[in-house]
Amino acid sequence: MTNSELQKTANAVRKGIVTAVHSAKAGHPGGSLSAADIYTYLYFEEMNIDPKDPKKEGRDRFVLSKGHTAPGLYSALAHRGFFPVDDLVTLRKLGSYLQGHPSMQYVPGVDMSSGSLGQGISAAVGMALAGQMDDAPYRVYTLLGDGELQEGQVWEASMFAGHRNLDNLVVIVDNNGLQIDGPVCEVCNPYPIDKKFEAFNFHVINIDAHDYDAIRAAFLEARETKGKPTCIVAKSLKGKGVSFMEGQAAWHGTAPNDDQYKTAMADLDLIDQNLA
Amino acid sequence: MSDIKKIATRESYGKALVELGAQYENLVVLDADLAAATKTDMFKKVYPERHIDCGIAECNMTGIAAGMATCGKIPFISSFAMFAAGRNFEQVRNSIGYPHLNVKIGATHAGITVGEDGASHQCCEDIALMRTIPGMVVMCPADDVEAKAAMRAAVAYEGPVYLRFGRAACPVVNDNPGYKFEIGKGQVLREGSDITIVATGTCVGSALEAAEMLASDGVSAEVINICTIKPLDEELIIKSAKKTGCVVTAEEHTIIGGLGSAVCDALAETALAPVYRIGVRDVFGESGSAAALMEKFKLDGKGVYEQVKEFYQRK
Repeated sequence: MTNSELQKTANAVRKGIVTAVHSAKAGHPGGSLSAADIYTYLYFEEMNIDPKDPKKEGRDRFVLSKGHTAPGLYSALAHRGFFPVDDLVTLRKLGSYLQGHPSMQYVPGVDMSSGSLGQGISAAVGMALAGQMDDAPYRVYTLLGDGELQEGQVWEASMFAGHRNLDNLVVIVDNNGLQIDGPVCEVCNPYPIDKKFEAFNFHVINIDAHDYDAIRAAFLEARETKGKPTCIVAKSLKGKGVSFMEGQAAWHGTAPNDDQYKTAMADLDLIDQNLA
Repeated sequence: MSDIKKIATRESYGKALVELGAQYENLVVLDADLAAATKTDMFKKVYPERHIDCGIAECNMTGIAAGMATCGKIPFISSFAMFAAGRNFEQVRNSIGYPHLNVKIGATHAGITVGEDGASHQCCEDIALMRTIPGMVVMCPADDVEAKAAMRAAVAYEGPVYLRFGRAACPVVNDNPGYKFEIGKGQVLREGSDITIVATGTCVGSALEAAEMLASDGVSAEVINICTIKPLDEELIIKSAKKTGCVVTAEEHTIIGGLGSAVCDALAETALAPVYRIGVRDVFGESGSAAALMEKFKLDGKGVYEQVKEFYQRK
């Protein structure tokens, strides 16, 4: 896909996020929107996956370690054809397979259940280790929040991944700088993120999470990196694409009301027009 | 019972892993820097490429096992019960239990018979914790024979299983040609008509000793061995309770939430029999030899005998 096609797709993914969270009257739009370009790149460009055969052997794996941004993952999966886009409005509703946090038992394309922070990265490391043991060609991707880095288990998993030279593993940190209680640097400072992962024997790449040239180059560099796992620190804007959500910690876990929903969709329509 | 062979079930765990490793190429063993104590070093010697030492990071080990299970491996995670079930509870619940992954938890050094290490390492809460997780099979083998049989059944079963093993050598009570193991099935080890003793793990040997002592007092005790605490063989327990009208449970575990509670859950709505729970009575353990602790906590043959007798007299 060209950058322009990816941008258009990401905008559709963002509309899906806003629509799903508005319909659910609950959920996490801020961190879903900040990672929308990463989700889009992974599912439309980077990963070897087949929406018609979600459990295909030898497929690449993705673990959403920051499981609360499920609306972003669901929207990307739906737009990629794993399930109908129309189902996004059932998010978080009784009887829907689109649970508040991802469940691998219910959602086609979800490779690991997640939601409790710090645990997804360990599962991703386990997948990468199994691939290394079997000399399997698949790659494993996991997306973490920057607030999530406060969980000790992240560093247990990173130490192990670095020690085992898991070069089939890519850890992406969605560095939007905000967590529920405020700026990550004020709550419990995780910086410098890149230096920390370097110290755990990762190859680290810093990028702008909304720049497709940078995203493309980073994932290519990760593929070419041997003997080390890669960490992509993706500097992002929380709530990206929706004017009143951008850079606001308050939109971490709040759903837009009807008026806000209209404004949000108008913002995204405008982006569409500008892209056309 | 000095003439009876004694083997620690952690030893059985190590041996079973080696045996099953030959049969299942996708079986992998994860440990957290305790390979010598959990006995997974036996597996490591034979299959070094399938033994993964995760270092002292049990929560990460649990997540790694979950990820490996999604890729077709059968991981056994190994640590002391205190960490495998205690420190790890939420990881086991969310990364293994919720997605119902095919991970087996080999928890050694359970209960007070850890001995000299003291209360910080004596996990008497693991059965209670693990049986609250939907879909988790919880097994507490009584001896070497049962531990190996439980291991074979655990590998053949698709889904999460918690296996509880002990540090100290314990008597082999199931060494008979008629022994058959099935997940969810208990066995009547001794028939009786006055009182039922339902026991698990190290307390099965104690219950058999107690039954012998009770017999010389003219009390006929039925002894039921329950290895699978979840799912519980309710049918067998209800049948025995109907016959004797009096039930005692015995476990090297807190009386809150373990076998005793599970049996009470099963009998509560039947009005068949009062139940007395023998176990660790809402206190922490302490340092001492395994034998001295079993005596102090009244979980050895004599202790179980005295408590059963007292309860029976109130019948």
